[in-house]
Amino acid sequence: MYNAGKILIGLIIFFGLATFPFFYNMGKAIAKPEPKVDTPEIMKLAKQDRKCVESKEFMRAEHMQLLNEWRDSVVRSNTRVYVNAEGKKFDMSLQNTCMRCHSNKKKFCDECHNYMAVKPYCWDCHIAPKEKES
Amino acid sequence: MSINRRQFLKIAGISTMLGIGSTAIVSGLRKGDLEASQFEVSPGALTAKRWGFVVDMSKFKSGEDIKRVIDSCHSIHNVPDYGNPKDEIKWIWKDDYEHVFPNQENEYATAELKEKPFMVFCNHCAQPACVRVCPTKATFKRQDGIVMMDMHRCIGCRFCMAACPFGARSFNFRDPRGTDENGRPFIKKENPEFPTRTKGVVEKCTGCYERLAKGLKPACVEASNGGIVFGDLEDPHSEVRKLIAKHYTIRRKPELGTQPSIYYIIGGNENA
Repeated sequence: MYNAGKILIGLIIFFGLATFPFFYNMGKAIAKPEPKVDTPEIMKLAKQDRKCVESKEFMRAEHMQLLNEWRDSVVRSNTRVYVNAEGKKFDMSLQNTCMRCHSNKKKFCDECHNYMAVKPYCWDCHIAPKEKES
Repeated sequence: MSINRRQFLKIAGISTMLGIGSTAIVSGLRKGDLEASQFEVSPGALTAKRWGFVVDMSKFKSGEDIKRVIDSCHSIHNVPDYGNPKDEIKWIWKDDYEHVFPNQENEYATAELKEKPFMVFCNHCAQPACVRVCPTKATFKRQDGIVMMDMHRCIGCRFCMAACPFGARSFNFRDPRGTDENGRPFIKKENPEFPTRTKGVVEKCTGCYERLAKGLKPACVEASNGGIVFGDLEDPHSEVRKLIAKHYTIRRKPELGTQPSIYYIIGGNENA
């Protein structure tokens, strides 16, 4: 092999750089996100009304599909009322329905989205509720 | 080893059956899918076959009357004011007679008419050119005749702006949520119930679809003190049709065949 020394040194440097993030973060755990649902708007509601449009498990796993379906239904088909599994009706609106209860976008949306490194573009246009700087 | 035709067909048939069967099982096992039957039309929403407007110009004496109507629309829809005509975003705007009706060839039209400021907005055409050219179907025609925009789909190609013969569309060259050099926000006061737009999309009058769903007439109609009448053009007993039958009305560039849905009463009341 020609220039074996140089190549080996180069390989070692490359390996070190490429694996640096793994060694650097070894043993450190990033705090798990804990979205909060204790906004004043929700706490004001009676205990039995403190329910989202669908079950907690469904919303956790499928809220993005639900929001996409809501969007298409409202904008393109002009059907704006959502009937949930219990037969309860909701106005389909991110700003006027979802965020009216979940008025803590930073704690409720951003924390998980940042953790998962997803960047939904909802808030490029939709107006997030006003939050106090904390 | 070779197989004959009969054996081949048997194997092909069985594997097709298995394939179809397994997809049915997989999709049957999936739970939590939303169904279309879960969506309903809002109760109390205004409906029509084809929404249209009649603008009675005798009710708009000066630019002030028009400005009041423009403000009523632009304030609730978070329309930014960039402060220069090049970047201007307009849902409703004011223009001269000669620009609004360039093909009106009546050389003896009264000076009063020729110098009057006219109020213009999206015509919600029956044959909209903007809808035909949109490559993503971001602009589309609703069942009730409103030419609507789906901002989620707009890619900002501006074909619709080139296609629209009425200049009803504006492009966001800048971020509507930004501020100018002096720190003045482009949107004076945000309406928290309606979204803004983002840089790089086209926008226009959407016929107040969000108000129609609540059973309210468009904001401009409400602010116009009877200067704009809103109704179903397909319904011969509607107020708009009665006005069109009674008065001499003109539309913008009807010769282009887009069938605009805004009728202007220009002649005053006595000359029907």
